[in-house]
Amino acid sequence: MSQPDATAPKKPPLHRRNTPPDPQVVVDGRCPGLYILWGMGSLIRRSIPRDDARPKSGGFAEYVADLHPLGMLYARTLRSARPRARIASVRVPELPPGCFVVDRSDVPGVNRVKMLVDDQPFLAEGEVNYVGEPILLLVGPDREQLDRLLSAVVVEYEDRQPIFGVRDSLSGKKEPIYGTDNLFASYVFGASEAEMDRAFREASLVQQDEYESGYQEHIYMEPQGMVGVYEGGRVTVYGSMQCPYYVKNALVQGFGWEEGRIRVVQTTTGGAFGGKEEYPSLIAGHAAFAAVKCGRPVQLLLDRQEDIVSTTKRHPAVVRFRTALDGQARITAMQVDVTLDGGAYAGLSDVVLQRALFAATGVYRVPLARVSGRACATSSVPTGAFRGFGGPQAFFAVEMHMHHLALAVGEDPLDFKRRHAVSKGDATVTGGVYRQDVKLAEMADTLEALSGYREKKRGSAPRDEQAGDDAPLRGIGVSLFFHGAGFTGSGEKDKIKARVELLPLEEGGAEILVSNVEMGQGSQTTLRKIVAETLQVPVEAVVYRNPDTDRVPDSGPTVASRTVMIVGKLLMEAAEELRARREAGKADSSPVFKSYRQPEGVEWNQESFRGDAYQAYSWGANAVEVEVDPLTCEIRVCGIWGVYDIGRAIDERIIQGQIEGGIAQGLGYGSLEHMALRNGRIAQDSVTDYIIPTSLDVPPMEYRLVDNPYAEGPYGAKGAGELPLVGAAPALAAAVQDALGRPIRRIPVTPEDLMAEAARADNGARSAHER
Amino acid sequence: MNAEAPIRFRLNGREVSASGDPLRRLLDVLREDFGLTGVKEGCGEGECGACAVLIDGRLVNSCLVPVGDVEGRSVLTVEGFRETDRYRAIAAAMEETGAVQCGFCTPGFVMAAEALLRKNPDPSVEEIREALSGNLCRCTGYHAIVYAVRKAAETGKDLW
Repeated sequence: MSQPDATAPKKPPLHRRNTPPDPQVVVDGRCPGLYILWGMGSLIRRSIPRDDARPKSGGFAEYVADLHPLGMLYARTLRSARPRARIASVRVPELPPGCFVVDRSDVPGVNRVKMLVDDQPFLAEGEVNYVGEPILLLVGPDREQLDRLLSAVVVEYEDRQPIFGVRDSLSGKKEPIYGTDNLFASYVFGASEAEMDRAFREASLVQQDEYESGYQEHIYMEPQGMVGVYEGGRVTVYGSMQCPYYVKNALVQGFGWEEGRIRVVQTTTGGAFGGKEEYPSLIAGHAAFAAVKCGRPVQLLLDRQEDIVSTTKRHPAVVRFRTALDGQARITAMQVDVTLDGGAYAGLSDVVLQRALFAATGVYRVPLARVSGRACATSSVPTGAFRGFGGPQAFFAVEMHMHHLALAVGEDPLDFKRRHAVSKGDATVTGGVYRQDVKLAEMADTLEALSGYREKKRGSAPRDEQAGDDAPLRGIGVSLFFHGAGFTGSGEKDKIKARVELLPLEEGGAEILVSNVEMGQGSQTTLRKIVAETLQVPVEAVVYRNPDTDRVPDSGPTVASRTVMIVGKLLMEAAEELRARREAGKADSSPVFKSYRQPEGVEWNQESFRGDAYQAYSWGANAVEVEVDPLTCEIRVCGIWGVYDIGRAIDERIIQGQIEGGIAQGLGYGSLEHMALRNGRIAQDSVTDYIIPTSLDVPPMEYRLVDNPYAEGPYGAKGAGELPLVGAAPALAAAVQDALGRPIRRIPVTPEDLMAEAARADNGARSAHER
Repeated sequence: MNAEAPIRFRLNGREVSASGDPLRRLLDVLREDFGLTGVKEGCGEGECGACAVLIDGRLVNSCLVPVGDVEGRSVLTVEGFRETDRYRAIAAAMEETGAVQCGFCTPGFVMAAEALLRKNPDPSVEEIREALSGNLCRCTGYHAIVYAVRKAAETGKDLW
């Protein structure tokens, strides 16, 4: 299909919706009608057709499972059945010709997956630390035959005492899994204990609280998979991934080969959400080692159950607060303590913890804050990156804590939150400065009007007398939140050091060469628009292909809401240079490179955790209305409203997709998506048992964007991918609390938990206001 | 391996036959024997709808169907359906509403939309939600897909 938008005359566009709102669903707010004219160019903001839509809807797009290089073999993984054990022996049955075993002895280099800490083996070395940990691979021409052979492998385990959950991990009673204290990371920063003690002594009211959140599984629709190919002394791995250079670096270490012998190519990626950030490095190693051993291409695909049991999850968390208020019900001091369950290996837990800690006091002005936290090792599947990356746990906790503080001082939660919300120039929890405009007050006002918050508050409308005791209880809750865009701390400057390349093409076009992937979020379209707009060419003239590490520089991983704001900005600068060169009449076909420079004024000390943890923040406000059945405690979400500040949208329809999808995942996280361990194994190991929202579960969604262009982002854009997930669960939990008048301290909020609590409450009544 | 007689059926309008075990999953036969990789495996247990095809016009998850069951029947996958004007109406609507993100679920949703519109050319939003509830999508939050089906019903009025 042609893209007429791209060649339209360059005049300021009026905002138009492509889809007329269906009268039966509240959609007029799906994207704002409140934009004023925007004179910069024709491509920004306006929605254009995505290049990848037709190939995907027609089944043309090639995902990793669709690759079948000639002579390809399949690999299947033998996984640990025990949470913590020594492997006494592994007996593999005699294999038919053409089948191979691949184990740790086939890892030519270092048998550790390159990560922040290299503690996780590609294939187990005499011990296993979680159910699902890979021990060896069987490789051969027939998958079913491999499965039969796998079931005949006998592993003799010597069980060790497993550690389940953070309390067990911190008890110190069991032999540590990691180091001497069982902690992958541990931090404390902010005010001193003496300062905090004084604040608590002088307080009019001191409130203590504890919140818990559970696992969340990504359920990207495409399970994880890799194909390894060994040819001419080089290994190429094709696969579903977010971070081609993470994979490449892991392979370089695993093989102990020079970089030039390793190549990584991203295939069309069927969703990721953080689940394909660090995990693919592990299975890329498997496919690659197998390909080298067998001398044939090897495909390794996880089936859904394997994927759920053995890949990373969102960290379960326990968050504790102690907060002091003065006589005017103002917060004077807040002490926050966060504990994350990191699972069996370190992975990214250290950084997830940091992001959680930097969000620990939410979007609020807290004159005195002391924040501590730790990520502990347990005998369970490693937890890791998941959209929001520590933020969802922290914001659920702080938003509910603020809700409870408001009730404790007899104030409406939205009013209480608004009264404490930060503005431009205020200090962040790490003593940095909110440098750009903070529009929280305006956003809270818009949210209040949009959602009809006042009228919907419990008690504000008289209950229908004739409805009886079993009429559903209604409630509404709100959340205010942010997401720091880009890597945490000095990561962009010191670790990632992104570098992009723009390759001039004939007739004014250019090819984007970056390592950031299209995984459904629309980066392919968004990045092309940024370059086309800057070069003043139609978007069709800008080419983007799936990254191949032989062709693209390392512009960093596709994570942390950084792709548009950081990589997009570098591409914009490269395009500006190319355009200037062309305008000067230089017919130079050499590529343009740009590297990341931290914006001036941003300061961060990674040792003391002082300064600006992020160069920019995106902001959000959500309201959720629910109906709870008083007998069964079933929750129906009636509607969700949102206001977001993502700077400026490069493509409104893509942003709609991020918002609506993020909301659905956030509501799932808050209610439906229950996952727990049974004897160390994930009990909900299928999409039958682990419930994600269906088309019948998602409520009407109505939202607005506020216009707040960010000078350091391309065309004003900040991060947008993770933010929409963050606020949904706390608003949902607050709504359930509003409906039931009982405190909610744990997500997911399930009917089972609510009924159990109701039973306990009947026995020894305790109201929401007492605590 | 079993040496049963080949299973004959219509696949995307052509007479074909599949040899081998009649208990093989239709999904595997379509992907491996016929190279129809628009049919995706998302869960292997009939929950996600990524492998949805039409068998005699009915929406079915091909991971749950032994190939022996389609003997003498007519199977339509996205590869056959994409040659039609109905497909073009659905795909255009999906592109316009933003119904396609990672795309792994999309062919399944396309087939579910076709199955619905065949039975009910003018469905309400509620009917669409119901009809799509057997297909999982983790990217979009579903609204864009629901609007796409509604839009296809309008723009493709005479097609169904």
